[in-house]
Amino acid sequence: MNPLAAIGRNFITFLASTGRIVLFALSIICHCLQPPLYLRLILRQFIEIGYHSLPMVGMTTLCSGMVVALQSYTGFARFFAEETVATVVVISMLRELSPVLTGLMVAGRVGASMAAEIGAMQVTEQIDALTTLSTNPYKYLIVPRIIASIISLPFLVLIGDIIGVYGGFMIGIYKLNFNAASYIFFIVHHLEKIDVIAGMAKAIVFGFLITLMGCYQGFNSRRGARGVGLATTNAVVVASIMILLTNYIITEIFFIN
Amino acid sequence: MSKIIKLRIRNLKKSFGSKMVLNGINLDICEGKSLVVIGASGSGKSVLLKCIIGLIRPDSGVIEIDGKNVISLPRYEREAYMHKFGVLFQGGALFDSLSVWENVAFGLIATRNINRSTARGIALKKLAQVGLSEDVANLSTADLSGGMQKRVSLARSIANDPKFIFFDEPTTGLDPIMADIINKLIVKCTRDLGITGFLITHDMSSARKIADRIAMLYHGKIIWEGAVNKIDNSGNNYVNQFINGKAELPI
Ligand SMILES: Nc1ncnc2c1ncn2[C@@H]1O[C@H](COP(=O)(O)OP(=O)(O)OP(=O)(O)O)[C@@H](O)[C@H]1O
Ligand SMILES: [Mg+2]
Repeated sequence: MNPLAAIGRNFITFLASTGRIVLFALSIICHCLQPPLYLRLILRQFIEIGYHSLPMVGMTTLCSGMVVALQSYTGFARFFAEETVATVVVISMLRELSPVLTGLMVAGRVGASMAAEIGAMQVTEQIDALTTLSTNPYKYLIVPRIIASIISLPFLVLIGDIIGVYGGFMIGIYKLNFNAASYIFFIVHHLEKIDVIAGMAKAIVFGFLITLMGCYQGFNSRRGARGVGLATTNAVVVASIMILLTNYIITEIFFIN
Repeated sequence: MSKIIKLRIRNLKKSFGSKMVLNGINLDICEGKSLVVIGASGSGKSVLLKCIIGLIRPDSGVIEIDGKNVISLPRYEREAYMHKFGVLFQGGALFDSLSVWENVAFGLIATRNINRSTARGIALKKLAQVGLSEDVANLSTADLSGGMQKRVSLARSIANDPKFIFFDEPTTGLDPIMADIINKLIVKCTRDLGITGFLITHDMSSARKIADRIAMLYHGKIIWEGAVNKIDNSGNNYVNQFINGKAELPI
């Protein structure tokens, strides 16, 4: 085996699948903009993607808010501890931690289940059956999921922001014995509109990416249990990588000016 | 007797990678008649059906439905002619996230603007035609036996009063009595309602009951095609072997 040939082959496969994903994304966007939209299905996906992800997102952001408060205290205790802790928690939660952690958790939960469900439908010919019953599978399966996820992810991130900052507040008050009133004052003082907006923008992009990868992998799943399993894994792994990459890019766009 | 040709296939070819599955198929089905395709397992019967209904794109050849070549049609036009099809997949392909009656009513709700309770009424009637009572209507399709799933799928394929039915092994997995009920239903559709049928089966007794003509697929070609009463005197060794179920040569 020629190692160079292997590298080249993998690189070409990578480019080809990138191209396919981009085409898939474009056709989904076209379908999102044309009627009919299935409102019942969109609502069901809201519950599935948004509502049922709440406990997980709440837990994740609460714990990370608490941890950030604790760590920034041990790091900065010698300086103006109260203000520093409040600032670090607010900025890190709003700008980075809440969107990224929410994105990753939802990718694990929702992206995986989408890939598995759609993959199983593909394998059992249910997607073919949709077509024969005059229903466009893109409109019926993908569009509701895309719409529900790009709307519910920002809400999840917003809730994550609040819970995360509250987690930091609890540690500050009960463990580090800060003054509650002044801690809240520092939070409000350092709360910038741009931080919230950046988090929301990230959430919309992540929501799109998660659903895109879940549906793409499901639609292109190979036959058999193994094929569906592989599709599920790929959906989560690729979506997570894309989340981390685009997170960096969006951060750069918003904050490096 | 009508002699209008509903479906015309000429020199249809399809291969998957290096594997040739269909190697120049020629077939005609007249309006209101039913053609049964027989052939060994893996000979490409299901692939042929999927080519005709537009789920698999053939490599070359002509498929004309009502005189119109459908292979090159753009997506929306293909969807328009699919309205007139009733398709039964070999594996049933029921939507497992929906209940039995929602499955049967799916095409109705998707194409006609009718409300859910009317659609449910029609679905129950179609379920009764395939021997399923109202109690199963609200079950999840995952909780049904294999034969029941097949019948629900059959009910779904005829729910929208199709003009052309494509059934892939409609009686496989059913008990003999149920198989006969389904055969009668198919005959009723094709003979009485004038629906054209493209049917696939392994079951020769079923084929004799439901077919006007029989075609045998072997090695990617139609090696014999003729009226159903000629099948016993086909003069073709492969057909004789198939209908008598012998393991000896030539197949
Ligand atoms: N999507 C596909 N990709 C690759 N090969 C395929 C595909 N679909 C079918 N084949 C191959 O085509 C051949 C014919 O398959 P097909 O399902 O049409 O058989 P069949 O005649 O319907 O058999 P059976 O009676 O067992 O249902 C098989 O060898 C199968 O491996
Ligand atoms: Mg088959």
